[in-house]
Amino acid sequence: MTGEFIRKNAVRVVLLGPQRMAPILDQAFSLLDVEGNVAVITAGWQEREAEDQELTNALGRPGINLKLYARSDEVFRDDPELFEANRVKQDFLKQLQELYRRRLTHAMAAARQMQRLAHSDSVASGEVVVPHLSRAIAMVRQLDDEHAAQVEARIGQFHTEWKPSERPAVARQRAEIQAILDQCEAVAIAGGHVVALLNRMRLFGLQATLAQLPIVAWSAGAMVLTERIILFHDSPPQGRGDAEVLGNGLGLIPGLVALPNARRRLLLDDRQRIALFARRVAPAHCVALDERCWLHYTSGQAWRAGPTTRQLTESGQCVVIEAV
Amino acid sequence: MRRAIDDLLDRAPVTAGDVDGFLRDHSFPLVEGNQVTFAFRGEADAVRLRHFIYGLPTAQPFHRVHDTDFWYFILDLPQGSRVEYKFELQRGDHVEWIRDPFNPLLARDPFGANSVCQGVGYERPSWTQPQDDVRPGTLDHLILNDTPFGDMRRVTVYLPARFRDTRLYRLLVVHDGGDYLTYAALKTVLDNLIHDFEVAPLIVALTHPGDRLVEYPDNQAHSAFLAEHLLPLMEKKYPLIQSPAARGLMGASFGAVASLAAAWRYPGTFGCLLLQSGSFAFTDIGQHSRGPAFDPVVEFVNAFRQSPGKPAERVFLSCGTYESLIYENRSIVPLLQQTGMNVRYVEARDGHNWENWRDRLRVALSWLFPGPLWMVYE
Repeated sequence: MTGEFIRKNAVRVVLLGPQRMAPILDQAFSLLDVEGNVAVITAGWQEREAEDQELTNALGRPGINLKLYARSDEVFRDDPELFEANRVKQDFLKQLQELYRRRLTHAMAAARQMQRLAHSDSVASGEVVVPHLSRAIAMVRQLDDEHAAQVEARIGQFHTEWKPSERPAVARQRAEIQAILDQCEAVAIAGGHVVALLNRMRLFGLQATLAQLPIVAWSAGAMVLTERIILFHDSPPQGRGDAEVLGNGLGLIPGLVALPNARRRLLLDDRQRIALFARRVAPAHCVALDERCWLHYTSGQAWRAGPTTRQLTESGQCVVIEAV
Repeated sequence: MRRAIDDLLDRAPVTAGDVDGFLRDHSFPLVEGNQVTFAFRGEADAVRLRHFIYGLPTAQPFHRVHDTDFWYFILDLPQGSRVEYKFELQRGDHVEWIRDPFNPLLARDPFGANSVCQGVGYERPSWTQPQDDVRPGTLDHLILNDTPFGDMRRVTVYLPARFRDTRLYRLLVVHDGGDYLTYAALKTVLDNLIHDFEVAPLIVALTHPGDRLVEYPDNQAHSAFLAEHLLPLMEKKYPLIQSPAARGLMGASFGAVASLAAAWRYPGTFGCLLLQSGSFAFTDIGQHSRGPAFDPVVEFVNAFRQSPGKPAERVFLSCGTYESLIYENRSIVPLLQQTGMNVRYVEARDGHNWENWRDRLRVALSWLFPGPLWMVYE
């Protein structure tokens, strides 16, 4: 249903990197010819959701915060059964993520080992190692797909069983949100906590509504609009830094993995890590969304990207996007 | 490997101009692979390197170059090492300790400052230095008038950036809080690690001791101060998660002993321990030889080893391999593991000093209080 809806409407989105230090939001909305009210989603900021003064100033046009985080608090206060069902679902998803992470550690270790062998003067010839590397990456991809499917199934189960959109507490909020959206020309989706943001957008059924409006989204906001959300950090203080599939995003932008703040979070000079990342998610394109970067997507058309916007390649480089 | 100084030593005679040139062309201490050349120029009867590396003679004699006033000493230093040192000059009966005149790099501590030699591969972590884009936390102050010590105690409270009282926080109590702030850049470290989402936003109570040698080694008054006075006050005044898992005690040296002792006396109160270079001296038989200050420490550690219980849930320990306490720290790790606690132990090629403790904070705090690094993309 949602997919059909999206396909019939031209989705117009500009994706950006972090906006705090060098905002280009104003220019992004200009790129979409938006002059009027902008609906603002800052649910990723969680309890700081309402502290949007700086953001509203950067918009360069009037902004109305949809306050999805506060609305979800209200929903769960008014509907304890839904709250409990949601908690059970989230606990299950956390466990699923942990089990997936444990399996992923081994699958990624195998892929890295094959990769090292393929690039070393080992006794194994390239002829032997290269197919093994491909198989090892295929196993990681299979694990990723399996995890995404399990996550989606559990979320689907929650929505089928509880039909949140039909429950009064949610329906009331959805009506108010729609009334605000009716006054707006476009939507701005800020970054922050990607799960907090995604869950609230799903709870209020925003994926279909958003497809009708031009959107500027950055960081986690950009991630939730894609088909698949990848959590990533190459040098965390704990663990090996294996990127993880969180699950499916809202799917408004196909064939793209959003990597906000990539310069800071990824070892972009490590060709083997970059190559493995790119091969793991291919044919989706890995787009690095750093400060001042932008990528303009209109459904059915080629992307347009800012001059400094880059993507990861399967050869292990991070190169400027021309046109994909 | 041929060292830079070998060219100078090969000359005969070595002139003052040769020495001038050598000093001009290099910075000191001169790190070449795993070898470090220390240099001194001046009149003396003897020059010695006084370092704080357990396992090596504490005073290493320099060599005078021919008939000049130039002295040198070469130290083998493994990769990643960081060493604090001074020069000892002997002129007749007069012995003087000075900092390395050729080395601007200093580490400060409550006793002054030492010169620092950074071995090959050591680099000061970027997260220990102020960053322009990082939102700073704030420091608040509390006074506790009625304490088990019978006097007033001041506590400095760190509140993370974007603190709000509608949210609940974890609590970390830090012994020798003033020294951690001054010599281990603790506020900068917290600001950076919290900003980068590597560590959860924490409220940190930084205590300031009276006589730490008396209060820290398993002193009932001190443990009661933490568990029965400071903790309730913090929970009353700040929005804290009221669960042992969300509470930590931290300290270095005797401060680590105080942390372990308080958790031992009040099991199930503080779920996380961060113990740096703990002075966990003990005896298997006979007397210890560390001096009277260690008497109550040894008494406590011996009792703890006899009956450790399970003071906390998670324990992070670190120790420098160049510390005299490395044996004691290595010894306590299996004991802690046997209690069923989740134990993580880290070593570094460093000594018993504040910058060693500073450099371990990222791995320690992110393990005990992990932040939402993987989930937040701003």
